[in-house]
This record gives sequence, structure tokens and C-alpha cells, in this order.
Amino acid sequence: MTEPLLRMSGISKRFPGVQALDDVTFEVAPGEIHALLGENGAGKSTLLKILSGAQQPDEGEIVLAGAPVTMTSPHDAQRLGVATIYQEFTLAPNMSVAENVFIGREPGAGPFVNWRKMAADTRAITDRLGLGLKPFAVVRDLSVAEQQMVEIARALSMQSRLIVMDEPTSALSAAEVEKLFRIVRDLKAQGLSIIFVTHRLEEVMEICDRYTVLRDGRFVGAGRVAETTIDGIIRLMVGRQVDALFAHREEAKAGEAALRVEGLSRRGKAQDQNATVLDNVSLEARRGEILGLAGLVGAGRTEMARAIFGADPFDSGRILVDGKPVDIRSPQDAIRHGIGLVPEDRKQQALFLSLGVRPNLSMAAHDRILTGKVFIDEAAERRMVEEYRKSLNIRMASQDQVVANLSGGNQQKVVLARWLALRPRVLIVDEPTRGIDIGAKVEVHNLLYEMARSGIAVVAISSELPEVLAISDRIVTMREGRVTGEIARKDATEERLMTMMTLGGKKAA
Amino acid sequence: MSEAKTIEAAAPVKADPIGIVARFAPLLFLVVLMAAFAVGEPRFLSPLNLFNVMRQVSVYGLLAVGMTFVILTAGIDLSIGSLLAFAGLVAAAVDKGGISNRFNVGAGQEALGYGWPLAALAAVAVGIAGGWLQGQAITRFKVPPFVVTLGGMSVFRGAALLFAGGGPISGFDPAYVWWGQGKIGPVPVPVIIFVAFAVLAHIVLRYTRYGRQVYAVGGNPEAARLSGLNVRRVISSVYVIMGFFAGLGAFVLSARLNSSEAVAGIGYELTVIASVVIGGTSLFGGVGTIFGTVIGTVLIGVLLNGLVLMDVSSYIQQIIIGVIIVLAVAFDTFAKSRKRTA
Repeated sequence: MTEPLLRMSGISKRFPGVQALDDVTFEVAPGEIHALLGENGAGKSTLLKILSGAQQPDEGEIVLAGAPVTMTSPHDAQRLGVATIYQEFTLAPNMSVAENVFIGREPGAGPFVNWRKMAADTRAITDRLGLGLKPFAVVRDLSVAEQQMVEIARALSMQSRLIVMDEPTSALSAAEVEKLFRIVRDLKAQGLSIIFVTHRLEEVMEICDRYTVLRDGRFVGAGRVAETTIDGIIRLMVGRQVDALFAHREEAKAGEAALRVEGLSRRGKAQDQNATVLDNVSLEARRGEILGLAGLVGAGRTEMARAIFGADPFDSGRILVDGKPVDIRSPQDAIRHGIGLVPEDRKQQALFLSLGVRPNLSMAAHDRILTGKVFIDEAAERRMVEEYRKSLNIRMASQDQVVANLSGGNQQKVVLARWLALRPRVLIVDEPTRGIDIGAKVEVHNLLYEMARSGIAVVAISSELPEVLAISDRIVTMREGRVTGEIARKDATEERLMTMMTLGGKKAA
Repeated sequence: MSEAKTIEAAAPVKADPIGIVARFAPLLFLVVLMAAFAVGEPRFLSPLNLFNVMRQVSVYGLLAVGMTFVILTAGIDLSIGSLLAFAGLVAAAVDKGGISNRFNVGAGQEALGYGWPLAALAAVAVGIAGGWLQGQAITRFKVPPFVVTLGGMSVFRGAALLFAGGGPISGFDPAYVWWGQGKIGPVPVPVIIFVAFAVLAHIVLRYTRYGRQVYAVGGNPEAARLSGLNVRRVISSVYVIMGFFAGLGAFVLSARLNSSEAVAGIGYELTVIASVVIGGTSLFGGVGTIFGTVIGTVLIGVLLNGLVLMDVSSYIQQIIIGVIIVLAVAFDTFAKSRKRTA
């Protein structure tokens, strides 16, 4: 290999409780398209943040075109010719294309902007990309694909040598992906290097020259795409020992379907017909079992859970509880029909951080502890909280301790208790063990088993494959808003799940 | 899995001296302030003066009780001074026997009036209607409370000026005036009304399901929605409650002054919001108590009274109040940021 354009070596980064990156090496050659791959949580995002100057590594060295560099801010990275295009665009929606391309670097004299030059320069860049964007079109009116082009144009205007694209195709239609690939190949022909982060392995095979795989914050392999296969890459991505702590439990006896979802569909934003959030999703969850929902980030699992729970609207399809169709338009409707949801973001969506444990726990179950329809019977409430403190082993100083001061695991138990107190028929748990330590994870798993044993249909969404494999009786995989397969736990392996999650549901397949 | 259970230790609970001070800071400040005024001006501690202070703060206090509900949901109501003026004029006109009789003065006019019960009811009805309208605008059209009530501030003031059609409406029947100027034993009636409603509001917030919902919606609206609460209904309801207290305050104020005028209540929103915030209610919602609001209200009343007794000019009084508001919020933010990093 020739002298690499970028060489990151020995990169380590630690966050409280997590070793996000551990001695990672990453090299990108000039004029190549390089895929950076890994499961959710493998460390890709952290590596990209370090490369874009948004975060600093604890250890390690970054060499760009032969010269060691330190980047302490995104501005440094841009100055050195590294541009990052995030999944969430960083455009100012109410400003024009030209203003966005040259934001902060407007051509002109003194405080005055030379609009004519800015327009001409913008046109020169969009022409180079073969785009027909008007310099003074307002960004908000553009499609997602066009907005992405504006991001690329901005990167080019900064004389970038290396463009990082984080999941660039996730919001694009097939035709738009083709167009993007053409542009990316053009950029490569002009000598730029591109780092391509994607979950779609077939795209890696189609467009990338080389790949690097991370797993659990470590470098596990790199090579030429032409010399490997999708299976080979999947093996690298998941090939870890199954954690001994995530022991399988005995087979559950599944009963009747408590929840059936038929043909649930939800379109995305009106401006963007291609963005389908949920596409004809059907599945059922049976009493006494844990249904695992596997998929990569953005596969539509959370969106489906929120639609079932009435937190987001859906366009078509129906939901049946215990065989009867139910009309769910709000979380209140869902709760009335015995459906609970433990949302994925504990602090933003579930907890009242300024309140104590007691009101947090009882919030959804006030009906159980009312006297005279209006007053909360505090004695009954304390008994209820005490009951769940014992059965869930919640560690707290008192029932009035502010919930913000509990550990993540105990916070999650408070949220689970909130729903148990409601005695649901169906409980959907979205990333139930995210951000909690391993001991608490095992406790949460045991709780889910107990809920299933007590006859609740549990639907568990998790981005950690070992967790899905350990806790589920059945596993449904999703990708791009569609169900791509169903598999019994005994037949499931990480490799098979990864294949279903990354390749399933393709129109050709 | 008993082994796993020992891995995670209970979160340690340390005595937090600054946290405790923060919680009782308004009360401490009030005591210190009263002691200082008592030393500087012996008249200050006389029962007559203290009841006088309480009578003066009663209307502010009623409004502050309502405002506590609003601010607990992370909302704000700037319209209360205007709504109070309008409701006060309506109550006055009802007591006088209708719009056409509203400027009648002198003997015999009482016979034409509808009496204080209907007048009080009218004031409260106007307040509730005004609050309801604003609550609907906030929840249905998703206009921020600041903007809606800024608009309401102008609309209700305009309505009051239109309704007054000239000068103040004065000279009510004695039964009406008793609600503002009367006493039960040594205690002024407005003080009794204020304390009674403060206790009631405390019970609602502390012991009812609705009270829980107010805190929950203010603390985390998304979590409240996902817990099955009707967030829109809770939010619109606090503006109705605020409106009720504006109407009640209007009735008491007009009775105390034996007069209603269109320019009543100007600037009340600032004093009232200041009382609530000084009492420890967070403008970000979810944190606060009626007890704190009562302390905050009395604190401002004592401060103003003491400054008057000490012959401090009203201009300087305004400056002092403003500085104290900013300091109170700064202290609150400081206490919170400490908690977050702890």
C-alpha cells in the first residue's frame, strides 16, 4: 500500500463505565472508498467523532498525509481537509443553498457578502458534482437527497481531502442511492478519499474498495472488499464469544396471541415520499413468551413500538388485543387495552427526574391507589411502592429519594415497576438494558422472564444480539421498516440474525 | 441470581447542606429580613402593621397561588393584571345593577344592584373564561404560553378600557366592601381568603391525582404522555385555574379599594411571577410548592412594607425587587447545576 492519507493508530477512548475504543488502528489510502463497519455500539461513532474533532482520544495518534495532527474542534478537522457528513444534516433549513455551502466562510469584503461570487462559486461546485441545484433555493424545500448534496458541496468548498459519510444511504430511495454512488465515484476519481459508514453490506460490496471492521471498541479486521464476501464480513462483525452471563433460560410455554399487528404502515414526512417508516408490518406476541425484535438502528423497531402504543400515528393496518381489534390513537388508549411501553430513552421519555421514586413509580397506576376518585391514598401508594421495591430489588434510600439520584439500573427498575403496577397484558420494552451495568442487566432479564411466566406477552427490542438471543423465545427481524424474517430461538445464531437484519427484505430476495 | 444482586450498591445518600439551605432559603431570608426591619424600625413588628402587610399581599398571594400551577407546568401567564382589571370591572357593574347603572352613586343605588354574590361569581366567571381561552390557544394551536398571554395581556386590557368607558366604577354596597375591608376578629378578610385558598391549593397539589399530573407534565411532558396522562388537558386546566384566581383577586381588590378601574393590576404579573420564583418554583417546571409561593409572596410584601417604613423611595424599591428576582433564580440554577454534577 502507498503512503496512507489517514492513519489513526492506537486510538483509545473511555467514557464513564464504557471502553468505547481500545487501541484501534484505522488507515485510509488516498483516492479510495473505505467502509467502516461494525454492529451497533462497536465504536464507529466514537471513532468518527474523534476524526471530526468533536471528541479527543485518550490515547493514540492521528497522521494525516504524513504529518501528525491534533484536532481539538470540528473547525480544526475542516481546516485540515476532513469533512464529516452526519446522518442528521447540519444545514440551516431556512437559508439558501449558497449560504449553507459557504456558511461562516462567505466571500466578500469586510462585513459585506459578495453574493454574486458566492452564487458563482456554488454553481461551480454543484456543476462539478453534476447537480442542478439553484444557489438561492431554500434548503428546507429540497428533498433529503438534495440536502445531502448540499452537504457534499459544502465539503468540497472547503477543499476537503477526506469526506466521512455516516449512513449516507439510509434515507434515500434506490434511484437516489445510484446517483449518490455516481457522485462518490467521481469524487474518488478526482483523488478524494471517502469513508463510508453503512449497515447495508451489499452497498459495501458494490462501491467500497477496502473495509475495516470494529467490534466492541476493538479493531478486528481490515482488507480489500474484492477479497471477501458478505458472510466473511458478518463473521468479523459478530464473532465474539457469547457472554456467559447471558445464559439461555428454559423454553417457555407460549399461549394465545395477546397482541396481533396486521399490516401496520406509516409513511414518512410528506415532502419525502420515499421515506417509509413502517411498511406493512405484521407480527404477533403470545402470552407467556418473550418476542425479540432484532434489527439495526433505524430498522423501524422503535417506530413500530411507538405506533402500537399510540405514541405516534400510523396510516394503515390494525392492532388486535386478545383477538379483538382495538382503536389506539393515544397512549391512554393503549394503556386502557393493557399495553405498556418502556421507551428506549429512560431519562427523556420515561422518568420525571425532579420527582421522587414514589410518584415516578405510581404515575401510570393512579387508578389503583385513589380514594374518593380524586385523592391519592398515600398509604396504599407506599405499600405498592414497597411491594415493587422488594420484588424488583430496587435499591433506594427512601421512597422519596429523587429518582435522578438512582443508578441507571435502579431507574430502569422503577420504570419497569411503573408498568407492572398497571398489570399489562402486553409489555413492550425498548432497549431495556441500555446504559446499565452488567449486574443490573441480568436482573432486568430475570424480571422479563418472570413477567412472561406470569402470562404477560413481552416484546423486547434490543440492539445487542447476544441479549436478543438470550432472552427471546422467538425473534423477528426488521430492516428499513419491514419485517424480514422470523426465527425460533433454538435455530437462531448471531450470524443468521445479522444476515436477516442486513440482507433480508431486499426486493430481489 | 442472588449473586448479581450484590453487584450494584445502593446509591449513597449524603447529607447535602447546600441543598437543605436552598430548600429553606426563602424562609430564612424572610426571617432575616423581618429581624432587620424590626431592629431598624420598631413600628414594623406591631400587629397592626403585620396585618396590614398581609392584607396588602393577599391579592398578590391569590394570583401567585394560581401562577404556581402555571409555572409548575413550565408555563407563564402575563395576562393576569389585565384579566384582573377586566374581571373587577365586570364584578363592579354587576354589583351596581348592570352596565347602564354602573356609574350610579349615592343613596338608593343599592336597590338596583344584583349584590355581591352575583358580582363575585361574575368576576370568577370572567377570569375562568379568559383563562380557558388562553389554555385552548396554547394547547390546540401550539402557541407558546408567553406569546398567548402576552396577547391576552393586551386583549383583556383593551376589553377593560372598553368596558369601563371612562372613569372608575366606585361606591359598592357595604356587604361587597366587607370582603376587602372587613375583619373577622383582628384578621382582615382578604387574608383569610388568601390563606384558605392557599391551603386548598396545597391539598390539591400535594394529595390529589391532578396535582401529581401537574408536576409530571411540568417535569417531563413526553414521559407524562407515555405514562398515559392527558397532557393537553392538564396544561389547559392550569390556565383555567389561573383565571379563577385572577377573577377572585379582582373581586377582593375591588372590594378593598371600593372601586374598580381599567388601569388596575398593571405590572402585577411581574410581582406575582417574582413571588412564585423566589418561593422556589422552577421556571422550567416540575419543581415548586404552594408553601414556597406563600413565603415568596410575604417576602416581597415585607420587603416593600419595610422599605416604605424606612422611607426608601419607590424607585429604589423597584430596583431592589428586580435584583432580588435575578438573585433568586441564579441561586436556584446554581443549586440545580450542583445537583447535576454531583
